[in-house]
Formats: sequence, C-alpha cells, structure tokens
Amino acid sequence: MSKRIVPIGPYHPLQEEPEFFKLIVEGETVVDIEINIGYNHRGHEFLSPSLTYDQIPFLVERICGICSNSHPLAFVLAVEDMAHIKVPERALYIRTIVHELERIHSHLLWIGLAGHFIGYNTIWMWAWRYREPVLDLFEMITGNRNHYAMNKVGGVRRNIYHDQISHIEKVLDLVESKVSMLTKAVLDDPVLHARLKGIGILSKEAAISYGVVGPTARASGVAIDVRKDDPHCAYDKVEWDIVVEEAGDIFAKAKVRLLECFESIKIIRQCLKNLPDTPIEIRIEELPAGEGIGRTEAPRGEVFHYIRGNGSHHPVRHKVRAPSYMNLPSNEVTVKGHSIADAALCLAAIDPCYCCTERVAVFEDGKLKYTWNDLLLFSWKKTEQIRARLRK
Amino acid sequence: MSNYLKFLLEFLIFPGLVFVAIIGLLLSWLDRKISARLQWRVGPPWYQCFADIIKLFGKETIIPQGRKLIFLLAPIVSAISVILISVLLYNANFYPQCSFLGDIILVIYLLALPPLMTILGASASKNPLSSVGASREMTLYFAYELPFVIVTILLIMKAHGSIRLFELINYQKTHGAYLYSISGVITFIIYLFTMQAKLGYVPFDIAEAEQEIMAGVYTEYSGFALAMFKLTKAMLLFVFPMFIITLVWGGINSISTLWKFAIIFILTVLVKNTNPRVRIDQALKFFWLGMTPLAILGLILGLYKL
Repeated sequence: MSKRIVPIGPYHPLQEEPEFFKLIVEGETVVDIEINIGYNHRGHEFLSPSLTYDQIPFLVERICGICSNSHPLAFVLAVEDMAHIKVPERALYIRTIVHELERIHSHLLWIGLAGHFIGYNTIWMWAWRYREPVLDLFEMITGNRNHYAMNKVGGVRRNIYHDQISHIEKVLDLVESKVSMLTKAVLDDPVLHARLKGIGILSKEAAISYGVVGPTARASGVAIDVRKDDPHCAYDKVEWDIVVEEAGDIFAKAKVRLLECFESIKIIRQCLKNLPDTPIEIRIEELPAGEGIGRTEAPRGEVFHYIRGNGSHHPVRHKVRAPSYMNLPSNEVTVKGHSIADAALCLAAIDPCYCCTERVAVFEDGKLKYTWNDLLLFSWKKTEQIRARLRK
Repeated sequence: MSNYLKFLLEFLIFPGLVFVAIIGLLLSWLDRKISARLQWRVGPPWYQCFADIIKLFGKETIIPQGRKLIFLLAPIVSAISVILISVLLYNANFYPQCSFLGDIILVIYLLALPPLMTILGASASKNPLSSVGASREMTLYFAYELPFVIVTILLIMKAHGSIRLFELINYQKTHGAYLYSISGVITFIIYLFTMQAKLGYVPFDIAEAEQEIMAGVYTEYSGFALAMFKLTKAMLLFVFPMFIITLVWGGINSISTLWKFAIIFILTVLVKNTNPRVRIDQALKFFWLGMTPLAILGLILGLYKL
C-alpha cells in the first residue's frame, strides 16, 4: 500500500496552538510520525535578562496561560535558591494552595479537551463548566482568573483572609462532588473503554528512556513527582499520595489526571486548616551573585528554571524547561501502528502545551534551514566569541 | 403537461425543496439548541441555520484541481435525491394512486445516494484528508447498509411481498403498525442507528471527524457546494424520521405523526450528545457483528409473525 502524508498542523482543529505532526500513513494506519515545533517562539529566555527580578515573574507567567502559576513559582524558587532566602511559612502554604488549584483547573481543562477530541462534546462542556468555580476562586484569591501574579521573590503578593477560607472550602466541596461525578461518567462508560483502553501504550521502559514527566510518566508506572521527590512549598507538611497507574494507555492517563484532582483537593483542605500565622513576605534588600535552580510539579510535569545572577537587578542567564518538551517525543512510540483516529488521541493524551515548549526553528522555502547540530555549533561559536571578548 | 407541472411544483415547493429545506433547517436549529442546552450552553437563535446557508451561498466556491464536474455535481445530486424521497413519501402516504410498483426500492436507492455522492465528491477533490474521509464514509456505508436492507426486506415480507410503499402503509392500517411486534422493535432500533450513521452524527461522525481529519469528506468544499451538502443533511434530518414512521409506525397521514417524529428526533439528539465517536473498525464491528445478527433474528421472528 502506498504511503501518504496526513498533516496535523500547523493549523488544525485538533489543538488550539500551532504545531505540526506529519503522520505518514498506509491507508488508515500510522507507520511513522515527524514532530515539528517552533511556530510560536517568543524569546522569553532572551527577554528575561533585560528585566528585573521583580518583573520576571510577570514575564514567565505568560509562557503558558494554563500553568501560569508553575513558571513563576519555579522562577522564584530558583532565585530563592540562589540567594538562600527563607520564605515565611504562610507564604509557602498560600503558594501550595494556588498551585494545587491550578492543577485542578488544568486537569479539568484536559478532561474537557479529551472529550472534545473524541467527539464527546457534552463531557467537554460539563468539565469546563465545573472548572468555572475554580477560576472564580482564583479571581477571589488572586484577583485574576488566569495569570495570577501571586509569586514574588520572598513570598506571595496577596494574603488569604480568614473569611475567604469558608468560601474556598464550600467551592472545594462542590468541585469534589462534580469531579467524582465526571470520574464515574468517564471510568464507567463502555464506549470510552473501547476507545481509550490499550491505545497509545507507553511502556515503563520507554517512559524512562524518553524521560517523560508528570501524569504521562505516572500513567506508565513511573512514580515521579517533584512535589514528593524534592519537597518545596508546604508539600512535605501535608498528607497526600502520588497517583500511579501501570497500564500506560490513554485511559490510564485520564484516570491519573482525574484522581490527582482529588489529591489536590485533599492538599488544599489541609493547607487551609493549618494556615500558619506569619507574614506573607519578607523584604529583600540585595541579591547576591550565584546560580540557583527551581523546580516544581506543573500539571503537565516537572517545570525547571535555572537562574544565574551577578549581583545586579537582572539575571545574566535564565533557562526554562517546560514539561511538554519532554513529553512530546514520546509520541513517536505511542502513535505508531494505530489508526489516524487513535493517533490524534495519543497526541492529545500527553496534554501538550506548545507555547511553553517552543524552541527556535529557522525555515527557508518550507524547509528546515538549521538542524539541531547547526544550532549547537552556532551557540558554541557564540560562547567562544563571548569568552574571547571577556579575555581582552 | 399538467402532470409535469404538478410534479415540478411538488418537487420545488411542497413537499419538495422549499418545504423540506425550511423544515430541515428549523430542525437542525432545534438539534443545535437542544444539544446546547444539554451542554450548559445557550445555543443559536432560530434563524442561525438559515443565515449559515444563505451566507454560504454568497461565498465564493473554490474548486480544487481534479474532477471538477463530479466535485460540483455531487452535492446537487445528493440534495435532489433527498427531495425526491420527500415527494415519494408524501405521495405514497396521501395519494395512494401515485404509489407505484417498486417505489420502496427506489427510496432505498435514493437514500444511498447522499453517502455515495459524498464519497465521489470527496474523492474528486484529491485531498488526502478527504480521501481518508471518503474511505471511512465508504466503510461506514457498507457497514450500516447490510442490516438496513435486511430489516427492510423483513417489512416487505410481512406485507406479503409487496414492494409498494402504499401497500406497506395499508397493511399497517389493517394489522396495526409493525413497531408493536418484536421484529418491528428490532427494525426500529436498526433504522435509528442507520439514521445516526447516515446523518453523520456522533457516534458515527467518523467521516468528518474534525479533530482527526479536519472536515474529512467536506475539507475542500466551500460556498454553494458546501451549502448543498449542509442542506442535504438538514433535509435528511426531516426525511429519514418520516421514512421510519412510514415504514414501521403506521404512515404519516395522521396527527400522531407529530409526537412520533418528536420521539425519534429527541432519541437521535440524545444519542448524539451522550456518546463519544467510535473508531471506524468499531463502527463496522457494531453494524456487522452486532446489528446484522439482530436483523437476521428479526427476520426469523418475522417469519413466525412475532
């Protein structure tokens, strides 16, 4: 049978962001896939050194509209690591609360999108409806539905007041009952079982060798979670479990995300109960030279920020690694051998987020101009130039 | 001469083009509105579907390289076939003298035309996504047509082998509707699923699965050609339930047709909104391994007058 190309992207109704998956198909079966990203490069890492440490959280927040707490959180953790700042307890708890609320809203968003991808628009609309109260909570706590601007170096910007707590708990009860309804609807639907079980299996070995993170890894039986492995904020002060599934298929990924919502609710409840009575920030006079890393568990997996400072108001180097960057290549394994219908689902199952994954790519006449090695060579040359200039 | 004129009027005005188009578009609005309410949305105003069609007629029709004539004729033929079904059903129900020998076979053929034309038009456009959609549509067509024809044979058999629509209606008038027997219920169920597949509704919207293959068979269509296809689907939403009522639920020339129609319509919309899309091989399995044995069972039951 002759091979044909079915393009998913750069503009495609499957996903809302520009991405390009070249599916090479025989009939309906996908035999190979080519993954191209780089349609949305915005140069955050370049912009960052031109801003002050107080401005950067607002910048990195805009890396992604969905993980808009994870990036600033990872950034301030990196700066605090660099400057050895001890953040007040209450700020840590508030960070945890906002971070977990973000996980709930992100997972609900994915559940809705997953429903949309398999043509189940009712699940889509219902999941997003029950995501709405979570966004309202954000508006109440932080002042914004998205882009919360909660984190700053040395603490958080807004307090959670005593009279807000009962309201948050009420909304959590509502969300919990609705999520359990959704969970039941998804886990008990025979048609969904037929569509999702055994599809797009990422084995444990493949998950480890591709280095996937977050729910994608946990659905393949790899129990990694930065919140447990490298406890930050208040994660070591509350009781919760890592949700791990062994199957590695799309159904397992959906199950992990749904069950994680309950863990998040559990964490938030404990945080609200034990909210310590300290200030929410400390004043920082000076940041020393040095380097620091911050990592946190975004809804899609580990977010990693590296900061190098020279004692001034600006960092000299800021490096971001978003989770989808690790998860995307695993599609090579999951998609092959499935039909186009399943391939589209596999691509969506890692909950991809391109705006945070984008790296620079240069195209000329529709062809990739520089390969990975070319770019690497350029960066070496540039480094040599900088070194030569510094030696003078 | 007056015969031709009468047919022309029937074809163009009532119960043909104008009537079916208006009712069909109103129904597809109702479908969208009910779906919207089920999904906590507000839904469009009543004239939305009309506005869509009128807008599409005003748009440029881009014709891709390939078989241009087939590409353009396909939507027109499929719309004409649905209008003809409407005229045939109307005449068979209200003017028995117009029902002729073999018109039920003609209706089955005409019902086959919209999917066939979709396949032809999609293949003519030479778009890879369209051709994937066309192959899916073809598979789906073969899948649902088998049980559909088997249960239709069952109905003909019950009416002492008559292949006139009017005789089928007449038989139900004297012996009670087919639906009130076990084999009739089986027929009804299979007809409902066939309708779902023919309309391209979830769970059988495989040929135009937008998340996988953009618009599938309709990817290259625009302007009036797309409008004709949309109109075909809208008209089928009215004509197919009428076909079901005529064949298994005692004909459409009584006021009870209204609630019968409402039941079929609401069932369709509910199934559409409470299921995910199935894969094409699953759809094939469903129709061939699930519905076909059921149809044969119905056939056997029908032999024993159950």
